[in-house]
Amino acid sequence: MTVHSTSPQFKQNAARALNDDQLQKALGNVKQGFIDKRQMAADKLPEFEALRDSARDIKNHTLEHLDLYLEAYEEKVKASGGHVHFARDAAEARDIILSICRETGAKTVTKGKSMISEEIGINHHLEANGITPVETDLGEYIIQLRGELPSHIIAPAVHLNATQVEEDFRRVHTHLDAKRDLSEPVQLLTEARAVLRERFLAADVGITGANFLVAETGTSIIVTNEGNGDLTQILPKTHIVLASIEKLVPTLEDVSQLLRVLARSATGQELSVYTTFSTGPRRSTDADGPENYHVVILDNGRSSMLGTAFEEMLRCIRCGACMNHCPVYHAVGGHAYGWVYPGPMGAVLTPSLIGVDKAGHLPNASTFCGRCESVCPVRIPLPKLMRHWREREFERHLTPATVRSGLQLWGFFAKRPALYRFATRAAMGALALAGRQRGRFAWLPMAKGWTKYRDFPAPQGETFQQRWTRERKGARA
Amino acid sequence: MSSRDDIFGNIRRSLGVKGTETIRRQMVEDRLERSPRGVIPKRGQVSGEERIALFKTMVETSLATVTEVASAAEVPQSIALFLRNHNLPATLRMGDDPRLKTMPWSDTTLDIAHGPSEGRDLSAVSHAFGGIAESGTLAMVSSADNPSTLNFLPDNHIVVVSAKDIASDYESVWNRVRFAYGKGSMPRTVNWITGPSRSGDIEQTLLLGAHGPRRLHVVVVRE
Repeated sequence: MTVHSTSPQFKQNAARALNDDQLQKALGNVKQGFIDKRQMAADKLPEFEALRDSARDIKNHTLEHLDLYLEAYEEKVKASGGHVHFARDAAEARDIILSICRETGAKTVTKGKSMISEEIGINHHLEANGITPVETDLGEYIIQLRGELPSHIIAPAVHLNATQVEEDFRRVHTHLDAKRDLSEPVQLLTEARAVLRERFLAADVGITGANFLVAETGTSIIVTNEGNGDLTQILPKTHIVLASIEKLVPTLEDVSQLLRVLARSATGQELSVYTTFSTGPRRSTDADGPENYHVVILDNGRSSMLGTAFEEMLRCIRCGACMNHCPVYHAVGGHAYGWVYPGPMGAVLTPSLIGVDKAGHLPNASTFCGRCESVCPVRIPLPKLMRHWREREFERHLTPATVRSGLQLWGFFAKRPALYRFATRAAMGALALAGRQRGRFAWLPMAKGWTKYRDFPAPQGETFQQRWTRERKGARA
Repeated sequence: MSSRDDIFGNIRRSLGVKGTETIRRQMVEDRLERSPRGVIPKRGQVSGEERIALFKTMVETSLATVTEVASAAEVPQSIALFLRNHNLPATLRMGDDPRLKTMPWSDTTLDIAHGPSEGRDLSAVSHAFGGIAESGTLAMVSSADNPSTLNFLPDNHIVVVSAKDIASDYESVWNRVRFAYGKGSMPRTVNWITGPSRSGDIEQTLLLGAHGPRRLHVVVVRE
């Protein structure tokens, strides 16, 4: 794994993010934009919930028979004149891509947006070998200029404000008039369009990801709103598709079901502007398109998730709805998660891919509010899976000593209900008495983590169990 | 062991299968053969005038513009008018589509170029394979008739679609693709296009004309 992970420093990352004014301003756009748009799109389609069930079932069915669908897919790609390469891990995928680029004598490579390309760190590898990778999705282009990782899986530069983008463009596009006006976002877009248009036309190889692979026809599918993924794949001589094993679906009908929930969940659109189905290289009857078509199928730990509780995570279609609705993501943004995939889906997937020893903080950074699961188009039980990671972390003794002893102490009481009731009653009574005047505590022993940032409200004196019993009695009477 | 064998081996070990099970193989073959439909939204399940009206409404929802002409013979005039209304030069690029080529372009003063785009064209016209009323989507198939570069490089993309090719849903278009190319086969590129190019990557503000066309204009031919 070459993409460096700062997931072990999640707490420090989060603290820094909370104090970053620029970031906090930019994160306001996530809360405002995505949630309402998704809700409106869902409300406009009475069949939306039924389609979510259908999407979940298609993915489950495919995963259960993944070996057979992969075989069928491979056969179809070959029959259409394309090449299929299998990569066990990131290093192997990088080597395959580099050797294809070298065979074609590539100097520059344009790239459509691909999270897997971030996962394998292909840009760095190409650069180290004298090939220039150019990100063409506007957001990806911006973060490439800044040397950053995406902070969101569909809106990679969501952590930035327009003034920051303007600074980057002035720093990098030095061939343009220094006095030009870039005060409006549309001017930034127009400049990026012109700069990247030349890059598209000059590229030797185009690399895209795949939202889906279709076994029936050997087709790879990308969805974009900008059209950059299309210019990436139809202009150069060689098109390389980088996809992981779980992108497979059986048929064109199946992918049409998934496409009906993808854009609605992601941006609230009926459909993304461009949905592109690519099958093999250009035909003798084509006037344009790539002469060579390669698909690199990456495993990188995913096959080991099959047959475990985490198999459900392989249904993910990378819409980003979970992070758009996550209060933790809203507070700290994507970079704090420390690796490629942020938010709730990242909190479940990252420990699978880089190990729970490195990414154990991520599944702990959740309030289990359940919004992620409620909006997931393929109904992944994200809170349940995060809980699984917490359990594994505990079993493997990776949880910090203070948390472990705290849990042990709680466990001691929880196993002795009479003692538990007595102790909680005594504690609540004492706290109510002590806090009776101010109604709150500015300081409490062993609760510094809480009282450092906010007051602790004084309990009323009654425990939850007491209240429960009282109200049940009241209801019966 | 090759990476391929390793990956298949690992998948099968995790799933607890061998890959030779007759029942599994049959189930997979059957699904690929029958390609069963899933949930089809009612919205698009209308016919005739209603379907064309829905298509046009959805095209406009996607921020494209749409107009209707009575016959193919009226298309050149309609496109010339569109270009004039937007103060665009009277130039147009198109592929070899016989449906487009036989239209009376000499009725207009348009300067027509043929073949794929190299990135310097302001306006291009393509003929769609079909339309999808459910979402106002155009289905384009690649060929010398309608080169894929015309869908993306020009600033203004004009798409002609026959009213009879406007389907209710995506699934109906796939059936037509299968009929034209054979079951399990596809043209090199199928583009579904729903509106003009856009980006929300700067402060989540929607801006049109990212890398693809800034304008998308649809001409529905009735006859």
